[in-house]
Amino acid sequence: MSTTAEAMIDVRVWRGGEEGEYQAFSVPRRDSQTVLDIVTWIQRHADPTLAYRFACRVGVCGSCAMTVNGRPRWTCRTHVSKVIEDGRLEIGPLANLPVIRDLAADMTPFFDKWQKAEGTFVPSRTRHEPLETISPDSAERQAADAAIECINCGVCYAACDTVRWSPEYFGPAALNRAWTLVNDVRDTGNLKRLAAAASSGGCHNCHSHQSCEQLCPKGLNPTASIAGLKRRTMQAYIRGEIS
Amino acid sequence: MSTTPHTTAYRRDRLWLAAMVHRVSGVLLAAFLPLHFLVLGLAIRGEAELDGFLQWTKSPLVKFAELGLVLLLAIHLLGGIRVLLIENMPWREGQKQMATIAAVAAVGIGCVFLVALL
Repeated sequence: MSTTAEAMIDVRVWRGGEEGEYQAFSVPRRDSQTVLDIVTWIQRHADPTLAYRFACRVGVCGSCAMTVNGRPRWTCRTHVSKVIEDGRLEIGPLANLPVIRDLAADMTPFFDKWQKAEGTFVPSRTRHEPLETISPDSAERQAADAAIECINCGVCYAACDTVRWSPEYFGPAALNRAWTLVNDVRDTGNLKRLAAAASSGGCHNCHSHQSCEQLCPKGLNPTASIAGLKRRTMQAYIRGEIS
Repeated sequence: MSTTPHTTAYRRDRLWLAAMVHRVSGVLLAAFLPLHFLVLGLAIRGEAELDGFLQWTKSPLVKFAELGLVLLLAIHLLGGIRVLLIENMPWREGQKQMATIAAVAAVGIGCVFLVALL
């Protein structure tokens, strides 16, 4: 009986920190294989020192994003068959963030900017008061709904050339979060939030490339949220609410 | 030893190109503007000098070069309107199509100018 040679994929994986090099591995091809499966195979069978980050493996936690063939992806839900080019995969850490080691990027600047964008809910009621009733049909609720499913994976941040060109820029995810809160009728922090959105790191940096929308694994459109912030900050400025 | 782990494949996307073309057209127009003012300044130095220059601009090569200027103006104007719509009107889907329409319209304006020139 003849044996069929196992199909293999040429995988290049980033090794090192900000400076390093791509290391080649040959990984067996499997049905329904994800990019995270590839990285895990390398760590378990080829090089246990490979550093990468993951948790849930089912597209909920947002911790496994990496750069795959030049585009940021959530690797646990990215099938190899969808992204492989000429039988090759090149896997690196997320762009626009410091590299800790290998495929693990330091997310600290990403989350610091959520704070700078005033992405924290400021409640209008205490826990001792009754819950506010909000109609699912209200315009504000629907605007918040459209942007609320972010899993903080950092794909949009890594895909954004405005972040690359302007390190001060808050980025799509933080501003998308700010937009959900601007539309949250329970929140009382909007003046401070709109002032932050209009600041030098804020929404007016955005060039509407829409790379964030095209690559967001949750199908969100941060560019639309940022455009909403541009309108709201302009209205607030005309009314004299922010300077 | 490579110095960066990052590549930028997403830059092939249409809206990235639209923003870049808009920006480059603005820079080129800004570079043209001082030359335009220099020519206007010739009027201060005398009618003959300005007329001499204007006569030179009627040469076929300069007329053809004007096509580039018209194209730049059309691209920057329509690209600017696209940005104003994004930033001041409720969000609309189909931004890629909007960018394509702006590009086709700019080329159309260039073609009309070319036909008028010939």
